[in-house]
Amino acid sequence: MARIESEVGTRAGAVMKWIDDRFPFSETMKYHVTEYYASKNFNWWYIFGVLAMVVLVIQILTGIFLTMNYKPSATEAFASVEYIMRDVEWGWLIRYAHSTGASFFFIVVYLHMFRAMLYGSYQKPRELIWIIGMMIFFALFAEAFAGYLLPWGQMSYWGAQVIISLAGAIPFVGDALVEWIRGDYSISDITLNRFFAFHVILIPLALVALVFVHIVALHHVGSNNPDGVEIKNKKGPDGVPLDGVAFHPYHTSKDLVGIIVFLMLFSAIVFFAPDMGGYFLEHANFEPANMMATPEHIAPVWYFTPFYAILRAVPDKLWGAILMAGSVLLPVFLPWLDQSRVKSIRYRGWIYKMALTLFAISFITLGWLGLQPAEGTYVLLARIFSVIYFAFFLLMPYYTRIDKTKPVPDRVVYHG
Amino acid sequence: MTDDVDRNRRHFLTVATAVTGGAGLIAATIPFVASMKPSARAQALGAPVEVPIGMLEPGEMIRVIWRGKLVYVLRRTAEMLSRLAAVTEHLRDPGSEVVEQQPEFAVNEYRSIKPEFLVVEGSCTHLGCAPLAEFQVGPAEDWQGGFFCPCHGSRFDLAGRVYKGVPAPTNLRVPPYRFLREDLIMIGAESGAA
Repeated sequence: MARIESEVGTRAGAVMKWIDDRFPFSETMKYHVTEYYASKNFNWWYIFGVLAMVVLVIQILTGIFLTMNYKPSATEAFASVEYIMRDVEWGWLIRYAHSTGASFFFIVVYLHMFRAMLYGSYQKPRELIWIIGMMIFFALFAEAFAGYLLPWGQMSYWGAQVIISLAGAIPFVGDALVEWIRGDYSISDITLNRFFAFHVILIPLALVALVFVHIVALHHVGSNNPDGVEIKNKKGPDGVPLDGVAFHPYHTSKDLVGIIVFLMLFSAIVFFAPDMGGYFLEHANFEPANMMATPEHIAPVWYFTPFYAILRAVPDKLWGAILMAGSVLLPVFLPWLDQSRVKSIRYRGWIYKMALTLFAISFITLGWLGLQPAEGTYVLLARIFSVIYFAFFLLMPYYTRIDKTKPVPDRVVYHG
Repeated sequence: MTDDVDRNRRHFLTVATAVTGGAGLIAATIPFVASMKPSARAQALGAPVEVPIGMLEPGEMIRVIWRGKLVYVLRRTAEMLSRLAAVTEHLRDPGSEVVEQQPEFAVNEYRSIKPEFLVVEGSCTHLGCAPLAEFQVGPAEDWQGGFFCPCHGSRFDLAGRVYKGVPAPTNLRVPPYRFLREDLIMIGAESGAA
């Protein structure tokens, strides 16, 4: 690595000084990289933030190259994707990397969010980091949804039909709103064209801006750690937290290992199972959009299915939409729902451990149920697990208050 | 000129500037918001369509597109029509009382102009999937034939009337249409020249 600080007397140092007099380069690098101190006891749960950045870069890069050959028009879209897959050199790789990246984005972000729940990373003083993170999550939802329409396959078309129609559940303005979103009386060329604009300009810009703000807020308060101890409370004579190590080179070199393992896994899927048995690329989407017939079995891509299962569990249009929106929005309020005095699961009592386990089980089961047809036992199960999902959040102020916590140490400790 | 700032005046000017600027900003969003509404071309493509129905056999259904929406035209047999009365107790709105779901002429037990011909939008009132035609009776006890939505399990009878206990809130919508001739209907217009 090149030295960043200006070294007096060398040519590089002189150039650096010239820049630093005009732009706070060294200062910024120090603040965010070489002198940003994060806890030394990070475990592997802490890799997912970095991995989310890696996937964002993959998506932006592959996305740029896809737009060079994709045509956002109802008559040409499906064929242009096939063209990319067959006729464009390496087009298949770029497209599969992009479609696999979409699923990996959610895998990584869900794990990143679960990490925050394990170690109380959303608690004071990190409430804003969490809320900005939730906004990133919503932007990601919108991005994935808009992107899914673009190949103009059967699932693209009918999935968009279902989700846009959700807005129609809003009393009074619903129908007008749906028409405004589509720009037509049905999902058409016009809708596809504007979703392309959302997917490649509007939402990516918002995403990048939000990620930037997320990191600025994080570096202002400092990273949490598996012990939920504020490392800034115990500083050495040099003002550096005793339990902190510099982000670069210590955390970066460790993260590099994680990134390499991640890329191995990512490549394995891109090369050997790009459709992941219908979970990453749904089979019905290999058929062009046909507005005359809905596919017999319609399900969104796996990352939407927990919320979709909640929607289907309710036999009422408006309430289904309200509960689904509620299930997505509730985590925003975690910093205030959680009344526990300790952050990390290591020092929480059995009640929270059990609640979090039940939550994880219900989230995964709802995800599975969302892929099944909406019949009999499946609907019953979806109702049961929806109740558990909501209970986890709504009863949290109560059970986190009565839960018996353990004493938190002053400094971080190692667990294996 | 040290500290003799008129704070009231300054406050007034700040608020006045903010309000004027804000109003200008809001006004400036109007063209952008409006540009996303259906364009003149999209509206023009929403013109009425003529559908010949002479070739329809009893019990047969065709699918046509009007305004980019799917419309089902079903020629019901006398036997199918007789099943309509049998399901009334299982329906949410058997009398077609929700005004927006059909033109006035379709507020009758068959939800149509001529009992034989059912014209409904093939768009589930839940979330817009195209319901499947399942005209046979059973196997479910209350099923007298009709439309079944594969997406979320909503059920409608042979007049497009919604069953109770399904996510779809209302009956399938009947589009405006009229008979131009015995064997020709026009969808999208209740009256006026063809």
